[in-house]
Amino acid sequence: MNIFVCVKQVPDTETKITPTSDGSFIETASIKWIMNPYDEYAVEQALLIKTANPAANVTVVRVGSVKDTEALRTAMAMGADDASLVEATDNLDSYSIAKALKGAIEKTGKTPDMILAGKQAIDDDCLQVPQILAQMFNLPSVSVIVGFEMNGNTVKVKREVEGGALEVYELSTPVVLACNKGLNTPRYASLPGIMKAKKKPLAQHSLADVGVSDADRRVKYSGFKLPPEKPAGKKFDATDAAKQKEVVSQVVGLLRTEAKVI
Amino acid sequence: MDFSLSTEQREIRELALKFARNEMTPHSQEFDEKGIFPTDIFKKAWELGLINTCIPAEYGGAGFSSLDSVIIGESLAYGCMGMNTSFMANDLALLPIVIGGSDEQKKKFLTPFTEEFRIASFCLTEPGNGSDAGGIKTTIKDGGDHWIVNGEKMWITNAGHANLFVVYGTIDPALKHKGISAVVVDPKTAGIELGKKEDKMGHRSSDTRGVRFNNVKVPKENMLGKPGDGWAIAMSTLDHSRPLVASSALGGAQRALDLSIQYSKERVQFGVPISKHQAVQFMIAEMGMKIEASRLLVHKAAWMCDQGLKNTEIASYAKAFASDSCMQITTDAVQIYGGYGYSKEYPVEKLMRDAKLIQIYEGTSQIQRLVMARELLK
Repeated sequence: MNIFVCVKQVPDTETKITPTSDGSFIETASIKWIMNPYDEYAVEQALLIKTANPAANVTVVRVGSVKDTEALRTAMAMGADDASLVEATDNLDSYSIAKALKGAIEKTGKTPDMILAGKQAIDDDCLQVPQILAQMFNLPSVSVIVGFEMNGNTVKVKREVEGGALEVYELSTPVVLACNKGLNTPRYASLPGIMKAKKKPLAQHSLADVGVSDADRRVKYSGFKLPPEKPAGKKFDATDAAKQKEVVSQVVGLLRTEAKVI
Repeated sequence: MDFSLSTEQREIRELALKFARNEMTPHSQEFDEKGIFPTDIFKKAWELGLINTCIPAEYGGAGFSSLDSVIIGESLAYGCMGMNTSFMANDLALLPIVIGGSDEQKKKFLTPFTEEFRIASFCLTEPGNGSDAGGIKTTIKDGGDHWIVNGEKMWITNAGHANLFVVYGTIDPALKHKGISAVVVDPKTAGIELGKKEDKMGHRSSDTRGVRFNNVKVPKENMLGKPGDGWAIAMSTLDHSRPLVASSALGGAQRALDLSIQYSKERVQFGVPISKHQAVQFMIAEMGMKIEASRLLVHKAAWMCDQGLKNTEIASYAKAFASDSCMQITTDAVQIYGGYGYSKEYPVEKLMRDAKLIQIYEGTSQIQRLVMARELLK
C-alpha cells in the first residue's frame, strides 16, 4: 500500500509576522519553520496505518523552499519511509501547490492508495489543497476528519460538521483525506528516529520537473499588510442607579450606529 | 572556528524543547507544590531517548557526544529544572560506570538501562561530608567473597525510586583520597534503609533522601576499578557532569529570560509596557548577555570532553558562571514581575527557588572557584 502525506512548513506559532517592505510577501529570513500542526495528524494517521500494514510505504511530500527541510525530516524521524520535495517559493497559490504535489507523487512511480493531508495550513488558512488534489487525481475526498477506520479497501471516516455533529462516510481506496485535530495524538520523533531519518531518501524536484509553471497560478497576491490595530474599547460608567437608563440607551445607540452589530 | 550546531543537534534540541514545553512545563508547578515524582514524564522522556545520554553506543546507548547531552539537558531544564534533576541524576550515577567500569560491568549495569526504564542514584555526599568529599566515612570492607558497606549517605537524588546505586566509600579512612572506592549496589539489598523524602526549597518534584547502609553485602565484581580508584573516577565523573549540570542552569535562565521578555511587553505602567523603561531593559540585556556567555562556556566544556581534552578548569567556569548567572537572572525575573513574581500563581518564583540549588549541588560555586584557582595557580 502506498500512502502519501502532504505536509507544509509553516512559521512557528510564536513567530511575529512582518510584511516585507514592498508588501509582496512576509519576511522569511528569521522565521523558525515547523510542520503545519494539522499535517502532524496526517503523518500520525499514515504511521498508524503502516503499523497495521507493515508492508505499507509512507512518503511525505512537500512544496516549498529548500533552505530548511525541517517538516520532511521531522516526518521521517517520526517514521515515514521517504520524502519528496518540490523546490518553490513559499507564496504559491493552492492550485499550483496541488499540481506540484500531484507531479511529485507521480514522479515516485507509485500509485497512491491513500493521500493524507492536514485540513488546512495555519499560515494562509486556504483549506483548498486536499480538495483540489483529489479533483486532479479524480479521487473521492473527505475533509475535517476526526475518526478513521480501515478494513481492507474500505475506509470509514468521521467528519466534523457544524454544531458538533459527526457525518460518517464509507469510501473505497484510493482516497484523499484531510485530517483535523482529534483524529489521533501525533507521536514525537524519537532521538533514534532523528538519527535514522538522516539515511532516508529525500528526492528533490524543481517546479518545472513536476510540470508547474507560472501560468498555473490562479491567485496572485497583491499585497501583505498587518491588520489595523484594534482601537481601545469604550467604558461606560453605570454605577449611579439614576443614570443607568441613560447609559444603557447610549450603549444600545452606539451598538446600532457605530458598531452596527444590532 | 564554527559555533553552529549540526542539523541533528538542532533537531535534537527541537524535540527536547517540544517535549519540555508540552510534557514538563504544564505539570511543573503542581508537581513542585505537591512534591510529586515525575515517573510518567521520566519514562516518556526515556522512551524518546532523552535519558541516559552518557551510555555509549556499544552498550545500547544512542552514542551521544557530551555536546549533544548538554543541548538536551538545557532543553529539558527549560521545561522544569526540578524534574531535570531527577533525569540528570541517572547520568550522574551511570557516568562512573562508563568511566571506571570494565567491559563486563558496562554490559551488566548500563545495557539494562537502554532496554527498560530504570532509575539510578549517585551516592557520594554524607551528612558530615559535602564539599570535602575526600573525608568520606562510609566504609567498604573486604568480607571475603563480598564487600561489606557501612555508613550513611545524604541528599541522594532519586533514592526512593532507584534500581541501582553507585556508592562511594573508603577501604581505610587513614588512606584519605587514596582509600576511596566505588561499588555498584542493588538498592533492594538487605541492610539498606531509606530516609524520609526531604522537604526542599526547590526541585521539589525530584526525590531526595538519606540512605543508610548497615552491613550491606555487595558482590566482589561490583567494584569499579580497583580498591582506591574511587577518587579518580569521581573526579573524572565531575569533569563530565559539571557541563551537564551547568546546562540545566542555562535552561532555567533561558526560561526566565523568555518569560521576562513576554511579561515586560504585556505589563503596562506609566502608560507604556514596562519593556519601554530603561530600568527593565537593562535587566533584560544583562540576562541575555549572561545566558550567551554561559552557553558558550557550557558548550566549550562539553566540546573539550568530546575532544578528550582535560576540561576541569573550563567545566568549573561553566558550572559556577551558569549557576550564578541563573540565580541572578531568575531573581531579576521575579523583580520584573514585581508583586506577581512573588506569587506562586506565576512561574518565576519557582525558577528562583530552583536556581539556588544549582549553585550548591555538584560542587558549590565556592568549590568551583577553588578548583579554578588550583588549576590557574599550579
